[in-house]
Amino acid sequence: MLIFAVLSGFGLAFLAPALSRVGKQRSGWWLASLPIILTIYFLTILPGLSDGQIQVFSYPWSTELGLTFSFRADGLSLAFALLVSGIGALVAIYAGGYFGTKAPLGRFYLWLFFFMASMLGVVFADNLILLFIFWELTSLSSFMLIGFEQDREEARAAAIQALLVTGSGGLVMLAGFVLLGQIGGSWELSTLLLSSESVRAHPLYLPLLILILIGAFTKSAQFPFHFWLPNAMQAPTPVSTYLHAATMVKAGIYLLARLSPLLGGTSFWFWAAGGFGAITMILGALLALSQTDLKRLLAYSTISALGSLVLAIGIGSETALKAMVLFLLAHGFYKGTLFLVAGAVDHETGTRDVRELGDLWRKMPFTAVGASLAALSMAGVPFFFGFLAKEYLYEAAYKVGAFWISLAVIGAFLNVFIAFRVGIAPFWLPAQGQTKSPQKVHEAPWSMRLGPLILGGLSLLFGVLPQILSRNLASTALSAAAGKPVQVKLAAWHGVNDIFLLSLLTLGLGVGLFALRKDVQRLAEALSLPWSLDGVYKRSLDVLFAVAAFQTRILQHGYLRYYLITIIVAVVAITSGGLWRWGGGTLPNLSWDLRFYEFGIALIIVLAGGMATLSHSRLGAVAALGVAGYGVASIYLLFGAPDLAMTQFLIESLTVVLFVLAFYHLPQFTQLTPRRERLRDVLIALITGGLMTTFVFVASGIQIHPSISQFFVETSLPLAHGRNIVNVILVDFRGLDTLGEITVLAIAGIGVFALLKLRLDQRTPKARKEGEKMGGGGER
Amino acid sequence: MTSLILRTMVRLLLPLLLMFSVFLLLRGHNEPGGGFVGGLMAATGFALFSIAFGSETARRILRIDPNTLIGVGLLLALSGGLITLWLNQPFLTGVWFKVPLGTLGKLELGTPLFFDVGVYLTVWGVTLTIIFALEEVR
Repeated sequence: MLIFAVLSGFGLAFLAPALSRVGKQRSGWWLASLPIILTIYFLTILPGLSDGQIQVFSYPWSTELGLTFSFRADGLSLAFALLVSGIGALVAIYAGGYFGTKAPLGRFYLWLFFFMASMLGVVFADNLILLFIFWELTSLSSFMLIGFEQDREEARAAAIQALLVTGSGGLVMLAGFVLLGQIGGSWELSTLLLSSESVRAHPLYLPLLILILIGAFTKSAQFPFHFWLPNAMQAPTPVSTYLHAATMVKAGIYLLARLSPLLGGTSFWFWAAGGFGAITMILGALLALSQTDLKRLLAYSTISALGSLVLAIGIGSETALKAMVLFLLAHGFYKGTLFLVAGAVDHETGTRDVRELGDLWRKMPFTAVGASLAALSMAGVPFFFGFLAKEYLYEAAYKVGAFWISLAVIGAFLNVFIAFRVGIAPFWLPAQGQTKSPQKVHEAPWSMRLGPLILGGLSLLFGVLPQILSRNLASTALSAAAGKPVQVKLAAWHGVNDIFLLSLLTLGLGVGLFALRKDVQRLAEALSLPWSLDGVYKRSLDVLFAVAAFQTRILQHGYLRYYLITIIVAVVAITSGGLWRWGGGTLPNLSWDLRFYEFGIALIIVLAGGMATLSHSRLGAVAALGVAGYGVASIYLLFGAPDLAMTQFLIESLTVVLFVLAFYHLPQFTQLTPRRERLRDVLIALITGGLMTTFVFVASGIQIHPSISQFFVETSLPLAHGRNIVNVILVDFRGLDTLGEITVLAIAGIGVFALLKLRLDQRTPKARKEGEKMGGGGER
Repeated sequence: MTSLILRTMVRLLLPLLLMFSVFLLLRGHNEPGGGFVGGLMAATGFALFSIAFGSETARRILRIDPNTLIGVGLLLALSGGLITLWLNQPFLTGVWFKVPLGTLGKLELGTPLFFDVGVYLTVWGVTLTIIFALEEVR
């Protein structure tokens, strides 16, 4: 069942373009049925998991490499999976109303469900390599979705940036995974988790941890890689909601939480994850202060929230992990809501600038309710889910020290400010500046109200009745993250203690800051520092392009003769290097016991070769080459290789035909090359010929692996039903090679066809101009 | 080239070469021959024909665009490998069937035949594509 749960999303993805035609913009309502079914399925296996059972699915993939197609469901993966499928369903419904008939919905649903399935793969994969593959698939679908509006340049640039940052981070992580697999002796997470002691004591622990942290940090937008996330807001809002707030950016969090029983608990883990998490938490919130765009405000606060999640994992105590699990869910609910609301507001008013929005509750009452519930949860108002999560985070930080708790408070009260700015002000307060909304504002359609209302409602429900969560989801998820069975008891009210007073202080500071929002923003704009690698990213991209252009100019100059020289000299260099490393090799004993006709054929070949180089007529040279080829073919015939000889004869004949056809188009043969260049060519030719001769002699005396000729001779008839061993090797024993070769042949044929025909065809001047603009080197 | 001798010879040679190419293809599994050399042989026939009569005439009597031959050939070779997947065997495993032919004995047929026919068509198509394209360069 688990395997179907993961993979069914891919099936739906590829059918989505066709299916979304049924019902057009309403198709989301019924396409969402798969994520809804998945959500229900995950909820039904949850009770079993909390009793300690673990669902496993395993299918051997490439056993020689230790790779298996293995999935495993435990509390932690299920907590993420519920977010993925649940919010996925709401976003699928929402998208229909959001896009209407304006956008290609089929393509959107394709990548949305493709992402959903990949993300489920990430959280359920038990094999490290499998996890990596799904991880990169999420980056890929994120690329396609950020660049969904592909005709806008900013969207394309943002998509490429996100892909390069998260994709290369993923590759770094793969290096870490390989180290981990080598050290731990297994590629299965479930096996690795049992050997945590030996991994942590290994000298390669530090390198592998750094590599994996870079992977997680790029994905989860941690400082200094956070810059891609605000840019990713170029994506349509349903995408920002789903990928860049609720799920994909949490993949890094998932990975760290998953590996914390294995790699965590060391002081380096604490300082790396805790330190960078704390920096990201504060920096994200500070950078948000100067923003006025709803989505960018939310993006920076997401960076901040991701920072606090990493911080909690870095602290790593039981309370901290409890805070992580709760905050993960709470953030998914409230941030998902606020993004959906931002999209609805943008959709209905035509602006996302918080200064231009005000008093929307009159026009959009349902959206206002959803937004307010989420904002109160985000601000950490008591009896909201966000409050609970923040309480535990404070408690965990409080135990570590005063420095950490003050950081947590700073991060949290800045987020209170953002919560009020995004979720309260536009709906309940008058607009700051002029409202110049061009559209007549009205409430969003039901498809766009449903998500905010449900997620906002959950933010309140779990705040008032956290007991619903405690036994099943929270306990099982926490047990998986802590690596040992843990029971969680959650209550809405903890009594008045230091932590509660800190919460009140946070709220007070946040609301105070909000009251001064005009001055805060002016100050933040004045101070705004380019504290990010965005500039470094742009500069390194420029350098990359410059290097690419440079090496293309050097290597792809378009002169056939220099291409030939390059290829030949490179072959000579590599081959002689290889010969030299081999130790020169020994020439085999040559026997001069030749028949007179063998000697005769050799003489003919040599003479024909000389003729081909010295001839002043093209036709003469080609005919001489043909004679040399026929000579070689006769040698094949003499030494019992009729197949080879036959093919060689035909090839030689066809080559002459081809040459003659080509010569027809060449000008009269003249010698234009100066003497020096011809001498150089003679030198190259002599060295190449000499080297190849030596190589053949040396190679014939070397046998690295035992010969398999005998195997072919013995098994050709019984196994492959053929007496012609050459052909049996071609079509059966080495069939895959032949398939590759004829594919290359076909591509070469099409290439020749294209080169000749594209020049032939009478193209319009415009098309030719465009062809030249594309820099067609093949034209020369 | 409008040599009468060449034209007369080619008219006779083309059917012979084509038949010989099929013969080479079919005997290839047991005797010298095979799809590659067969395809070259067939292409040689048409190359001669197009030299004698021009590529337009050669294209007309070939009836099929050589580009199509390439595609069909690749598909055939690939399907020769894929058939075996249905039988739960690895890609490109040779699977053999015995077809009883009454008094003539039994004919052994296998998926490598598909593969070899695919090679034959691809080689034929690629060679002719190049030759025709070269001839038609203006």
